[in-house]
Amino acid sequence: MSKTKSIYVRPLDIKQGRVDMSHGSGGRASAQLIETVFTAALDNEYLRQGNDGAVLPLPPAGSRLVMSTDGHVVSPLFFPGGNIGSLSVHGTVNDLAMMGARPLWLSASFILEEGLPLADLLRIVDSMARAAKTAGVVIVTGDTKVVERGKGDGVYISTTGVGYVQGTTNPSGNRARAGDTILLSGTIGDHGMAIMSQREGLQFESAIESDSAALHGLVAAMLATGADIRVLRDPTRGGLATTLNEIARQSGMGMVIDEAGIPVNKAVAAACEFLGLDPLYVANEGKLIAICAAADAAMLLAAMRAHPLGQSAAEIGAVIEDASCFVQMKTKLGGRRMVDWLNGDQLPRIC
Amino acid sequence: MKYVDEFRDGVLAKNLAASIAQESRPDKTYRLMEFCGGHTHALSRYGLLGMLPANVQMIHGPGCPVCVLPIGRVDLAIRLALEHDVILCSYGDCLRVPASEQMSLLKAKARGADVRMVYSALDAVKIATQNPTRQVVFFAIGFETTTPPTASVIKQAQASGLKNFSVLCNHVLTLPAMEAILTQPGGVPLQGLVGPAHVSTVIGSQPYQSITSRFRMPIVISGFEPLDLLQAILMLLRQVNEGRAEVENEFTRAVTPEGNRKAQALVDEIFEVRDSFEWRGLGSLPVSGLKIRAAFAEFDAELRFPDLVYRNVPDHKACECGAILRGEKRPQDCKIFGTVCTPDNPVGSCMVSSEGACAAHYTYGRYTDSKGMP
Repeated sequence: MSKTKSIYVRPLDIKQGRVDMSHGSGGRASAQLIETVFTAALDNEYLRQGNDGAVLPLPPAGSRLVMSTDGHVVSPLFFPGGNIGSLSVHGTVNDLAMMGARPLWLSASFILEEGLPLADLLRIVDSMARAAKTAGVVIVTGDTKVVERGKGDGVYISTTGVGYVQGTTNPSGNRARAGDTILLSGTIGDHGMAIMSQREGLQFESAIESDSAALHGLVAAMLATGADIRVLRDPTRGGLATTLNEIARQSGMGMVIDEAGIPVNKAVAAACEFLGLDPLYVANEGKLIAICAAADAAMLLAAMRAHPLGQSAAEIGAVIEDASCFVQMKTKLGGRRMVDWLNGDQLPRIC
Repeated sequence: MKYVDEFRDGVLAKNLAASIAQESRPDKTYRLMEFCGGHTHALSRYGLLGMLPANVQMIHGPGCPVCVLPIGRVDLAIRLALEHDVILCSYGDCLRVPASEQMSLLKAKARGADVRMVYSALDAVKIATQNPTRQVVFFAIGFETTTPPTASVIKQAQASGLKNFSVLCNHVLTLPAMEAILTQPGGVPLQGLVGPAHVSTVIGSQPYQSITSRFRMPIVISGFEPLDLLQAILMLLRQVNEGRAEVENEFTRAVTPEGNRKAQALVDEIFEVRDSFEWRGLGSLPVSGLKIRAAFAEFDAELRFPDLVYRNVPDHKACECGAILRGEKRPQDCKIFGTVCTPDNPVGSCMVSSEGACAAHYTYGRYTDSKGMP
C-alpha cells in the first residue's frame, strides 16, 4: 500500500472489535475498515487506486459482454463447505457461466449490521478473495454500508459480474426443443441440506457439505466439445424441479425425467427423508443443467464427467412437445407423476 | 437408505401391481377410500394411481388434519395473534390455510402478528420458557397421531409451573369421521377402506372392528410406503372378492391390536371428548373432537382468553372441499381447481396441505387432466 504515514492512531482491533455505525459514516473509520479488511484481502490494481469506480479494458474484438447480479442473504453466514463470502463470488460467476461467458470482473456491495465481529467479517472477505482467485476473477470495485443492530443479519453481500462470450455460443432458456437430452452435472440438494443441518432448532449431525463452487471451468470444457449447448442453468433456489419448470415454460416444451437417473448423495437423501423434504426442490450452488440435441449428448456427458466438478454427471431425461409445459417424472417405483414448481418456501434464506 | 429403500423397490412394486390386476375382476368396480392424507400424498407422489387397473379407484378421504379444520377455528388463532399479542406457534401446514376475510396466519404475520412455525409442540414450550413476559399459544391440530405430544407438553407445562403457555385445542378423532363418511346420505358407495398408518400405531387395530361389523366394510391398515399401499390394496381386493369384511393389518411392523397404551393413557389424562366439533366438509359431528380436561384448564387457550368465541363461517361458495373431503367429488371436478384455487393461492383447505387431495392432484397428477391447464 501507500508509503504515506498512517492517518489512523490505533490499528483496527480485528480480534475483539465489532462493526459500529462509524464504520459506515464515510469518515476515517470507514476508510480504515476498507483499507484493513477489504483492500488488504482483495488487493488488485483497480482497488488500489481507491477511486469511485474501475476503468476496465475492452474484451476481445467480436465478443459480446455479459453482465449479471446476485444478492446473498444466507443464514447462517458460515456453513459446511463455505460461507456467505465464497457463495457471493460463486453465485455471480455461475450466473455468467450459465450464459456461456468467461467471467472477468466482479463488484461487491456489503451491508454490514452494527455489532458484526470484525473477525467474522475478515473470515468472510478472506474467503471471497480465495474464491475469486481460484475462479480467476477480480473484484474491481465495492461499497460498504452499516445498518443499526437488528436491521440486518450480520452481513448481506451483493455482487455484480461482467464477462464475455465468444463465437456463436448462445445458451438460453428458450432454446430447448422436443427430442433434446437433459444432462445434470452431479448430485442434487447438497447446498440446501448443508445449510439446513446448521439451522437453529434443526441441528443434526451430518457430513453434508455445500457444493458451492464456480462452474465456468466446467462450462468452458463443455463448450470446447463444440456441441450446441442449447440451455445451461444452475438449479439454485427451488432446486432441480423448479429450474426444469422454468426452462420448460421459457421454451414452450414439456419434459420427462427419470427419477432413477438423478444422482443424490446418501446423506442428503436420508436428511431429506427425515425432514420431509424432496431433494428435487433443495438448492444447489455448484451444479448445472445442460440441454443439447440428443446426437450431442454422449460427447457432452463425457466432457462433463472428465471435469472434477462433473464426475457424477448423468443424463436425466428428455424434452417433449407439450403445450402445457409440464415436467413429468418416471418414478423409481415404475409409476409416473408430474414435478411441479416449488410451492411456497421450502427452506428460506439459503443463498 | 436402509429400511426405506426396501419399501420402495421397483421390481416388487411391478409384481404387486400385476397381482392387483390379476385379482381385480373386470365386471366389478372397486371404490376404495384411503382415509388418511398421508396415503393420498403417497399415492400421488410415487405415481401409484397410474399403476392400478381402471376399475380399482382410489377415493380420497377426510384424514388430512389441516383440511378438516373449519375456517372458524383458524379465525380464532388469527384473532389471538392479532388482537391478543400472543406468540402463536403452529405447525407449518396451518400457516396458509385460508380464513375469513381473505386472512391466513401467514398474512397475519405480515401484518405484524408474532406467528412462529414449529416442528414440535415441545418447541412451543421452549419459546414460552424463553419469553416469560409474553403469552404463548400452541395451535394444536391433528388426529390421534399428534394428540399424545400435545398432551405431553401440557403435562410438562403444569409440572414446571409455566404460566404463559396455553393450547388452542383442535384435536379430532378418526372413528367418528369414518362413521360420518359411511352414513352420509348420498355418499359414494365404497367397497373398502385403507386404514391410517400412524393413527393406528396409537389407537391399535381393534377399534376399527366396530366399523367392519356395523357397515360390513373391509378395512386394511396400511403403512405409508408405496409397497405398503399396493399390498394393502391387494388385500382389500381379496376381501371384497371373497366376501369378507374384516380388519386386516398390513402395517404389522408398527401397529398392534391394542395400540400404544401409554399414549392412550396420557391422552385420556389430559383430554376429554367434546359433545360435538365442527369439521370442514363433514359438518358438526358428535363426540368427534377433544378438549382439555378441567384439571388442566389453565392451559386451555379458549378459557384463558374468554372473549375468544367460536363462530361458524361458511366455506367459499365455489369451493368443493366439503364434497371432496366426503369422497363425493374429485379435485378436478371443482370449477375453481387449478384456476382460481392453486397451492400458491388456495381458496379451500384441501389445496393447502401436501396431504390435501387437491394439492396432491395439482402437484403430482394434473398433467393427466384433459383440460391440461398449465
